[in-house]
Amino acid sequence: MDLAYTPRQKAFREEVRAWLAANLPREPLASYDTREGFEQHREWESKLFDARLSMVIWPEALGGRGCDLIEWLIFEEEYYGAGAPMRVNQNGQLLLGPTLIEFGTEEQKARFLPRMASSEDMWAQGWSEPNAGSDMAAITSKAILSADGTHYVVNGQKTWSTRASFADWLFGLFRSDPGSSRHHGLSYLAVPLDAPGVTIRPIQALNGKQAFAEIFFDDVKVPVENRIGDEGQGWHVAMATAGFERGLLLRSPARFQYTARKLVELYKANRELADRDPSIRDAVIEAWTGTEAYALSAYHTVGRLAKGARIGAEASTNKIYWSELDLKMHETAMRILGPFAELTGDAPEAVEAARWLDGFLFAQAGPIYAGTNEIQRNIIAERMLGLPK
Amino acid sequence: MDFTFTDDQLTFREAVSRFLMTEAAPERLREIWDTDTGRSPELRKNIAEQGLTALSVPEDCGGLGMDDVAWALMTQELGYYALPDSLADAAYVAAGLITALPAGTASREEWLSRIAEGSIRIAVGHPVNPLVADANPANLLLLADGDAVHAVPREQVEVEANPSIDLSRRLARVRWTPAAATLIADGESGRALWAQTLNRGVLSAAGQLLGLAQRMLDLSVDYVAQRKQFGKSIGSFQAVKHHLADVATKIEFAKPVLYRAAYALAHGEAGVDARVSHAKLACGEAAWLAARHGIQVHGAMGYTWEVDLQMFMKRAWALDASWGDRGFHKARVADAILVEGAALGPGHTFEE
Repeated sequence: MDLAYTPRQKAFREEVRAWLAANLPREPLASYDTREGFEQHREWESKLFDARLSMVIWPEALGGRGCDLIEWLIFEEEYYGAGAPMRVNQNGQLLLGPTLIEFGTEEQKARFLPRMASSEDMWAQGWSEPNAGSDMAAITSKAILSADGTHYVVNGQKTWSTRASFADWLFGLFRSDPGSSRHHGLSYLAVPLDAPGVTIRPIQALNGKQAFAEIFFDDVKVPVENRIGDEGQGWHVAMATAGFERGLLLRSPARFQYTARKLVELYKANRELADRDPSIRDAVIEAWTGTEAYALSAYHTVGRLAKGARIGAEASTNKIYWSELDLKMHETAMRILGPFAELTGDAPEAVEAARWLDGFLFAQAGPIYAGTNEIQRNIIAERMLGLPK
Repeated sequence: MDFTFTDDQLTFREAVSRFLMTEAAPERLREIWDTDTGRSPELRKNIAEQGLTALSVPEDCGGLGMDDVAWALMTQELGYYALPDSLADAAYVAAGLITALPAGTASREEWLSRIAEGSIRIAVGHPVNPLVADANPANLLLLADGDAVHAVPREQVEVEANPSIDLSRRLARVRWTPAAATLIADGESGRALWAQTLNRGVLSAAGQLLGLAQRMLDLSVDYVAQRKQFGKSIGSFQAVKHHLADVATKIEFAKPVLYRAAYALAHGEAGVDARVSHAKLACGEAAWLAARHGIQVHGAMGYTWEVDLQMFMKRAWALDASWGDRGFHKARVADAILVEGAALGPGHTFEE
């Protein structure tokens, strides 16, 4: 055990810090759940890409830095520590990206990855369907290969697709063997959202914005070159992605440590009122201990990975941990703000432009998306503890 | 930056685990619970023969010079088996204090050599603990008189037993009169010794609590897999699974906190107090949740004397408030994070 950063790691931290200080937007960007904010975030992402900071863990040939996971953690610490914008293309970059790197052809990697890193292409995900939520293997949307084998014909419906109203592409699972069931006979496809036959209907989320959408496919032609992995192997390919999703990359500790720091500041600024409820102080302390524990766990996991260990079912403990911690921190902020907590960003007396309210609303989704916490608990019990199905 | 253990450290932990699996099996635990002293000379002899009493004694006094980081693995094993012996008090906590005395302090080398060979029991009476564990069978007691540290032979103190629900914890009120002859440090150096000893005692308890949590989880997993109701294992029911998944999650996120605190102590970091207190809180909460959910999934069997779970629950309930209760440790964490200019948030997990 050696908890000192190397000179190289320190220099990287300094570089990221200096770049952010010089380039961070002066004004906060509009919400990326609006068209205007989405495009502002796209512009910010392209700036990050030009500095080769958009996907630091990707190889240099793909526009990254070839960073290891410790350097990635350092990047995240600097990024969120500086209060930089949320990452608008994470679903593509962190869920599809690693899948393409593992399963994609060279042609697909060259076609998709650089434009994904620069956010010229924004990606939405197409997993859930009206009758396939927690039970994802119940997918019924079909992709039938044409007689000449050049393209699939896609029909069906996807839903809960984050920011699909504004995105350029969709990746997801479709049933390519109509006689198959459950995990068999599925193929993993990349579908351009401007293709004829695609209809996108925005769904208004809790915050009143078009945070997600449902997508209808009506005889949509998708070239066979857009299939990722082998025909019928979609479940296997998608599970690799789900593993990444539940694991470390999607929710780095720095994001939550930043929230904890802001919460401590909020508490200190309102201490006299807040201390009338002694449980608030406890919750503020737990924000620090909880986020530190999450960061420490990330460093411990990354260190074990570097020594050849694999992340198994314990990744499911991550999902439960950060989503419940994030919710608790935002609940605490709402309690500290008291009668001002309900004010939206339009209210002249809103505190910090209603960032806590926005975060509180979004935190409600944490225990639900990316596999509900109930599903995660089943996974922990069955795969980590070995309990019977 | 490498926040992992070496293969040697992990291999050593395995070896200790295999040793304790037979030496401190639940049947042995029950036998020792039933004795008057709560201690087994035979067990102590076997522990010493394995070299476990010598772990943190410096090499020049016949020990292995093991540091706090490696002890964070050891104490988990001591907890996992609920070892009915005060090994960690003498071989880790007291050895740490005595090692930190200036070389040449009377009896320092002799005590260390005797700790290493396992021929001395030392009880530590830190002021944070109103009662002293293992005062009665001790040969020597390290006691506080304000900042002063005294090393007092057993025959010079009066001991009044205060039985604990954990029958292998033997607590006592110790009455004694400070004398010049027993003084080994005072003033600034005494204060520093007690501060460091406090953190070492806390980490020892924290590691044991984490080991206990894991043991209670393992016992519970075994039980719910074999116990059948409605024609199937109760471990197949979601309500039961979720109880145990929550325990596994608590344990998972307490481990690295313990390791970070051990490193801070071994390297004398400025923020060590908050790190150590955080570890105690995280490990204590994991152990208490493991006990609560453990007894719940054991059903009525969990409420009996007969099922082994009780021995581990009782140790967990007891250790949680030893070396500082939760109020004490929350206050230390609060002091660190609520102070003006505290280094918090991203990028401060390893650097101030």
